[in-house]
Amino acid sequence: MNKTDEMLLENILEDKPILEADAYNIRKNGESIDRKVNEYISIISKQDNSGIDIYVKEGTPFGIINIPVIITESGLKDVVYNDFHIGKGAKVVIIAGCGIHNDEHKLSEHDGIHRFYIAENASVKYIEKHYADGKGKGKKVLNPVTEIYMESNSSMVMDTVQIKGVDESLRITKAKLKDKANLVVTEKILTDGEQTAKTVFEVKLDGEDAKAKLTSRSVAIENSYQEFKSEVIGNTKCFAHVECDAIIKDEGKVKAIPEIQANTVNANLIHEATIGKIAGEQLTKLMTLGLNEKEAENTIIKGFLR
Amino acid sequence: MLELKNISFVRDNKRILDNINLKIYDNKFYAITGPNGSGKSTLAKIIMGIEKPDYGQIIFNGKDITNLSVSDRAKLGLSFAFQQPVKFKGLTVYDILSFANDDALSNKEAYELLEKVGLDGKEYLEREINNSLSGGELKRIEIATVLAKKSELCIFDEPEAGIDLWSFQGLIQVFNEIRENLSMVIISHQERILNIADEIILLKEGKIVDSGNTEKVLDKIYNN
Repeated sequence: MNKTDEMLLENILEDKPILEADAYNIRKNGESIDRKVNEYISIISKQDNSGIDIYVKEGTPFGIINIPVIITESGLKDVVYNDFHIGKGAKVVIIAGCGIHNDEHKLSEHDGIHRFYIAENASVKYIEKHYADGKGKGKKVLNPVTEIYMESNSSMVMDTVQIKGVDESLRITKAKLKDKANLVVTEKILTDGEQTAKTVFEVKLDGEDAKAKLTSRSVAIENSYQEFKSEVIGNTKCFAHVECDAIIKDEGKVKAIPEIQANTVNANLIHEATIGKIAGEQLTKLMTLGLNEKEAENTIIKGFLR
Repeated sequence: MLELKNISFVRDNKRILDNINLKIYDNKFYAITGPNGSGKSTLAKIIMGIEKPDYGQIIFNGKDITNLSVSDRAKLGLSFAFQQPVKFKGLTVYDILSFANDDALSNKEAYELLEKVGLDGKEYLEREINNSLSGGELKRIEIATVLAKKSELCIFDEPEAGIDLWSFQGLIQVFNEIRENLSMVIISHQERILNIADEIILLKEGKIVDSGNTEKVLDKIYNN
């Protein structure tokens, strides 16, 4: 790996050294370049498709898996299918994401399709961070798709972060929850310039007492555009809370499309959406503490996306 | 320390403040009182720079601060506690106390500040300043930020509004503790706050109608 690769990895993994993970697979420009497994976690390359299968054994006490993707080749469109098979009662933290460095003028694109099969009583924390940079005019495009199939009493916490750099993204997250499954998804997106970011959530609560909490915090500045669409369907006694908060600045635009569908009287579904500029009194309060207007604005945005 | 010269403020063709002249001296505690709509909060905001006067001059420690921004005034040693504390998604109590202190506080320092306003630091330090906090809790945190800032002149806009009786007792204690080392201007209707002030300024329809020694002004208020 060269310095650019290391910088991209640091940005995806937030300075956590990949070598400390219990298992990892590094994919660069469409190929696996390094891998580590252990007695609980195995990673196998797919034979019929591009991508990997990750198997976490039943009862794994606590495992950390890193699945970063690096693209430094301008003009490359990388499509990858990664399937996570999480055994009964296993507990894992998975850190994934894509870093694109594009110094040329051709489009670079990564479409990661991640499928999670989470067995009974298993618990997954999934962190996905996307980062892009480069001096070239070639667009940096990311289209992550996440499909989540949750068995009874399983839980998943999914955090996704996309801060600047990505010109276009379409993020689709689909989930099906069985009895007492608990899904918590938080996404944080900041777009600037002419960037666009679209998010689609489709969550079906099929099992009794299943719970889902989807939170989107986004900031659209300059001339960027974001769209948040959520479709939550409650088919039985269940609870879901969808919250979309957005700050817009300059000519930024945000569109939120809520759709909640209760197919039984016992489904309790809530959707909240707030879009607006930074509140004047928030700026004033921080200015009374000595921050200037620009510092106050940056502090509010940083906190909002924390 | 602070002098207001001929301050006037007009909003929607109405004189909110009309030719206010006022001197605030070092290490004294002033209470500004008066009926609703008399211009008390506007006057406090004008001192802090949140509102700009249409006419007049503000001098702080010999320097004309009339055209300085809120943050410049804060850096010179003024601080302000809002009547309605502001909420922030994502910012914690620790963040806001550290901003006020102009440097990261140690946990011990932050606990001590929160203890002064009757809050358990361990429970509150990492809490977000959002709707999960009650009005009383937000108010106490607001006052803790002013204490963290260690200013020469602290302005409190109706600190008693929205807090419970227990917190109010603590608030009086806090004011009595900090008054030795700084000047305070408190906008209040509360008799117990007026009673502990050194001087009272009575505003009515945008004008100072009386000011001076607490006993003298209170006597006039209660006997009129």
